[in-house]
Amino acid sequence: MSVLLNVQNVNKAYGGVVANKDVSLQVKRGEISGLIGPNGSGKTTLFGSIVGAHPIDGGRIQFDGEEISSLRVPQIARLGLSRTFQQTRIFGEMDCLQNMRIASPMQARHFGQWLSRVPASVDRRADELLDFVGLHSKRLLKAGSLSFGQQKLLEFAMALMNEPKLLLLDEPTAGINPTLINGVVDRLKRANEEMGITLLVIEHNMRVIMNLATHITCLAHGEVLASGTPDDVRDDKRVVDAYLGAA
Amino acid sequence: MSFLALKNPREASVMAALTVGMVMAPFFFPQLLQQLTMLWLMVVFALTWDMTGGQMGYNSFGNVLFFGIGAYAGVMVQREAGFDYHTGFVVGVLAATVLAGVVAMVLGIGMLGLRGHYFAIGTLGLGIAAGELAGAWDLIGAGSGLTSPLYPADAAHGRSAGDGGQFFYWWMAGLAVVCFWVSRALYRTRFGLALNAIRDDEDKAEALGLPTTSIKIFAWSLSACLLGAAGAIAGNVIGFIDPKDVAFAGATFGVWMVLMAILGGKGTLWGPVLGAVIFHLTQELFWTYLLGWQRVALGLFIISIVVFFPEGILGSLRTRFPALFGVRVEERS
Repeated sequence: MSVLLNVQNVNKAYGGVVANKDVSLQVKRGEISGLIGPNGSGKTTLFGSIVGAHPIDGGRIQFDGEEISSLRVPQIARLGLSRTFQQTRIFGEMDCLQNMRIASPMQARHFGQWLSRVPASVDRRADELLDFVGLHSKRLLKAGSLSFGQQKLLEFAMALMNEPKLLLLDEPTAGINPTLINGVVDRLKRANEEMGITLLVIEHNMRVIMNLATHITCLAHGEVLASGTPDDVRDDKRVVDAYLGAA
Repeated sequence: MSFLALKNPREASVMAALTVGMVMAPFFFPQLLQQLTMLWLMVVFALTWDMTGGQMGYNSFGNVLFFGIGAYAGVMVQREAGFDYHTGFVVGVLAATVLAGVVAMVLGIGMLGLRGHYFAIGTLGLGIAAGELAGAWDLIGAGSGLTSPLYPADAAHGRSAGDGGQFFYWWMAGLAVVCFWVSRALYRTRFGLALNAIRDDEDKAEALGLPTTSIKIFAWSLSACLLGAAGAIAGNVIGFIDPKDVAFAGATFGVWMVLMAILGGKGTLWGPVLGAVIFHLTQELFWTYLLGWQRVALGLFIISIVVFFPEGILGSLRTRFPALFGVRVEERS
């Protein structure tokens, strides 16, 4: 499997606080990769660095063979690298269908497309995906009126609508009713298998991430602590110490 | 011409009534011609402000800048370019449109990087600075302002004779119609969705790959173009361009733009139209029947708008009767 995302020795500091120090990780095309670590270990910062939300202090980030570390967020997104947010972000005053429409991929300079109405094919795909996440009956409700869990599902559906090659998910099951978590895991797997989307998932729920990912990287204090298969990482004493606090 | 389609019977009947009113009013109320012209100016103000303020969430307090630039540009062309009256007027309106749009584009590159309150304060400064600059620039009359050339038929009989009034009425009414249809068509496109997306969460819009900077600049420039044209026409309606009381009148026109859009319901198509009509009527009535207290009454009116209709008239209706606005749970058939 070829490498889709290649992060090499990325550094990022906020003033004196070093959030990422020499972080390297690779995501292979087609796999589901996990990113774990205690709170404050730099996971979300790394996501921000990858998608271009802030400039990095050092290192290289390549996506699909292209250097992206100096590109801006919308440019990177148009290359096919999309993210969801830890604090779910949807367009609250727009209805779910409109949220889906605007998430459909677009060329930046295709003026005719911007100044015409959304084609029926986009609406059909939006309907399919809303059905996929179980929100079809809410399609004409304001997204802001949905419950938190439903907004999370909508955000996931929007990410799929965007047809990324690589999707970064920041805690997809946080705040979701435990009985629905299996449904989310199942949908993530189906998105990976049926739509061919490579996933990189930040997750605190160990049961979820061990079950989902084929490769896991663990961060602690901004550095890569361990990396390998779920079993390797689970059995690594340093990982357990990082989570529980070493003696 | 699919954007002309009127599928909603309620919308179609309101539009028909407005069109009839627009065409008949100058014949039935010739003595109110200037107030009627100003009514359509108010509609243009509210609609153009709402393009960025309501739909895109960028609350500009300096859009009066583009109106003022249009007023000066239009009248300068009429006075200095040496065309006959009608050619000069048309060229003036076009020049005002282009110049205002270009200024918005250039300013937008810097200003639209500011978000939220910072954008509001920054634009407020723009309007004030423009007034000061115009008041000190001799070429455009400095503090003593500019007089627009007299309409040919009126020149012989004095300004009140009215042919010019008719002429300007139709131009301003036409511009209001253009504004309305441009907005209506635009809000139905993907571009319109992008404006709303930027309003609701700009970071998310970027993360989805929307070219937000270009979209914001385009929207602001479009609204500036229309305001520029309005300025060129209004300069002739008013007849005299004072830098701070007419062209860059932040405390009146500049604030009214915002108020009218909020009163009707910002972020809706019809809200600004409704807000402009109600605001203008109320204001004229206060001036007529509460003379001496008109500013107090206007102030109280503004306060009650903000207190009782924070979402505007249409916004409140939408909250109370969501089904009327197409919000519903829909089971898959």
